[in-house]
Amino acid sequence: MTFTSVATPSAYAGTPKRGPVTRLLEDERWLAVFLLLPTLVLLGLFIAYPFVKGVELSVTDARVGVPGHFVGLQNFQQVWNDDIFHVAVWNTCVYTAVTTVFKLALGLWLALLLNNNFKGKAFTRAFILLPFIIPTVLSTLAWKWMFDPTFSVINWGLFRLGLINSRINWLGDPNLALVSVIIVNVWRGVPFYAISLLAGLQTISPELHEAAAIDGARAWQRFWHVTWPLLLPVTLVIVLFSVIQTFADFQLVYVLTGGGPANATQLFATYAYQIGIGTGLLSQGATISLAVFPVLLLVVIVQLLYIRRVETL
Amino acid sequence: MARIDRRRLLKLSGAGVVAAGGGGLAGILASGRAPAFAQATSIHWVRWSDFVPASDKVLREKILPEGEKALGMKIRFETINANDIQARVTSSIQSGNGPDIIMALNNWPQLYATSLADVSDVTEEIGKAQGGYYDMCRSVGTYHGKWIGVPWAVGGGLVAYRKSWLAEVGYEKFPVTWDQWHDAGKKLKAKGRPIGQTLGHTFGDAPGFWYPYLWSWGGKEVEADGKTVALNTKETVESVKFALALWNDCCDSGGLAWDDSSNNRAFLSGTISLTNNGASIYLEAKKKPDSYLTESGKPMKDDILHASLGTGAAGHFNLPGPFIHMVMGYSQNQKAAKDFLRWVNSKPVFEEWFTSQQGYTSGATKVWEEDPVWDVDPVLRPFRDLPNSGRLMGFAGPPSQQAAEAQTKYIIVDMYAKAVQGMAPEDAVKWAHDELAKIYG
Repeated sequence: MTFTSVATPSAYAGTPKRGPVTRLLEDERWLAVFLLLPTLVLLGLFIAYPFVKGVELSVTDARVGVPGHFVGLQNFQQVWNDDIFHVAVWNTCVYTAVTTVFKLALGLWLALLLNNNFKGKAFTRAFILLPFIIPTVLSTLAWKWMFDPTFSVINWGLFRLGLINSRINWLGDPNLALVSVIIVNVWRGVPFYAISLLAGLQTISPELHEAAAIDGARAWQRFWHVTWPLLLPVTLVIVLFSVIQTFADFQLVYVLTGGGPANATQLFATYAYQIGIGTGLLSQGATISLAVFPVLLLVVIVQLLYIRRVETL
Repeated sequence: MARIDRRRLLKLSGAGVVAAGGGGLAGILASGRAPAFAQATSIHWVRWSDFVPASDKVLREKILPEGEKALGMKIRFETINANDIQARVTSSIQSGNGPDIIMALNNWPQLYATSLADVSDVTEEIGKAQGGYYDMCRSVGTYHGKWIGVPWAVGGGLVAYRKSWLAEVGYEKFPVTWDQWHDAGKKLKAKGRPIGQTLGHTFGDAPGFWYPYLWSWGGKEVEADGKTVALNTKETVESVKFALALWNDCCDSGGLAWDDSSNNRAFLSGTISLTNNGASIYLEAKKKPDSYLTESGKPMKDDILHASLGTGAAGHFNLPGPFIHMVMGYSQNQKAAKDFLRWVNSKPVFEEWFTSQQGYTSGATKVWEEDPVWDVDPVLRPFRDLPNSGRLMGFAGPPSQQAAEAQTKYIIVDMYAKAVQGMAPEDAVKWAHDELAKIYG
């Protein structure tokens, strides 16, 4: 038996001549650029370009079909002085803050329940996801019917139970309308929190709980001193995603109230749509959309810094 | 086997194209449009999903097949929700690609005026042959003297009411003045049969009631110059004060959240006694006489009549909604689109569609006032005269882009909604005036 050393120069003697591209890719720096290229193209096309286009539109007086001229920060000034925009900013902040608190609390509670062993666990876990799986427009239409001023099944139920004697104007009362859209958002968002937090819970070793229990820790102490610190990084990432999504929410409010009554449920996205698409004032619509950016940027920076801190602890 | 490298392949294919087609690739690129290889002309037509479904059926099953045969073209017909039309128009114009013809409602054509084809030739031809267009169609359909859309029909609202219920509270004849409305409404609400009217953000019924209501008191958005905002007047404040009383004493409070279909459902289920609407409530009751019944078990259709909105110090008005077909400026089939519109608006063809409407819309030209469709059902006859007593948004100015913006922001509707929600009438009017000033300023 004969052996040929792979290290001998003769082994390369028969290989074809390497082209310039191959030679270039042997350099790790170029290879990295090459491998990143598809992602960069996608990010550029679908994130950077719309963003730059939005910025460009916001400093012009463009309307539908009319490219417009540069007007500097005039649109921002106009939006700043717009009462309806102020309402939209307030509503968006309240909507995001309240829904996030409820989604987190209920999602965590649900996740802790689902983390236990019980009969039909797999089915229940799958079933819980339903509100998240059903297309938002479809489920919101069902809610719209349930909140209908005349035919509300909720009112009917409360009336039959003797809890009310006149109907509740869910979507007609400005405060209740905001409460209603918050309820629907929480209903839709809780499964996302629950399932994501459940995934986080399952990474926590049961031995830690057992050790804490042996040391005499009660259920609440085990949760507070063992579960919660270990779950915190996952929770922060989930909250980050959720805040971004909720802040830019559109379809739920658009279907349920269209931003009414009298702008009581107007959010950034619905108002931007109303102005940009409905009225054709693309530049002002883009300006309203861009107004979300600094707020979200701040949220993202703060949360990412916090996550980094938590992870290095 | 001879090796063909990339450069040679490009050279060969380039030569082939030149040999094949005169101008070749350069010619195609210079023309800026794809070559037409004996394709049948085809147009894409987008309309709303009609509140009278039978009319869409007639178009799909009868008129369009006839049109394809008569004009030798393919017609792609698409119906979408009325609230989604503007999004479709905007995205099509911005991308320079989309349907060739899109139906617009109200004064929307003014928003897209510079992106629409000039259809003056077709429109003038139709107008001349059919007794002339109503002034309101001309106002909405023209821009700087040229037609930017072909008017198709005029929709609008009248008050659908339960005649037996009105008679029970002493109104054998429908109330005329707003004071009579208040009196009747109060009695009706006491019997659990309130007036049903939306104060929500919805494109049709909300402006359809509150704009004419404002005008009837002598209120207006701007002066005739179309620039000077004139909303904050004694008349407007009075109208808001009265609206507050009307709402609290007579109306269904759920109306703050109603969309365009909510009052239809409420009326047909017998929870409201009257509402401003198109003819769709009556048409639905007529279509299903066994489903929609009065409390005595008789068909509800026999207990429905139509009347005008209330009369105030300045008279009574309505807000008709012209339907206009816009030929899009980016369309490469503008000639075919115009040929089609000329054909489909011709009297014998349009008549088939108009008859299927049963009175839901009036024609855009005056000749349709004499159509036999108005003799078929006297309950629908009042809709015939809507275009003559109509005003458009932006009154006393033209139905301009600013007027469309004010409507899209629901400023007039929200002025009343804010008062109903507790804002002082004077403050609500001032708020609306300031909002209008920002738009018209």
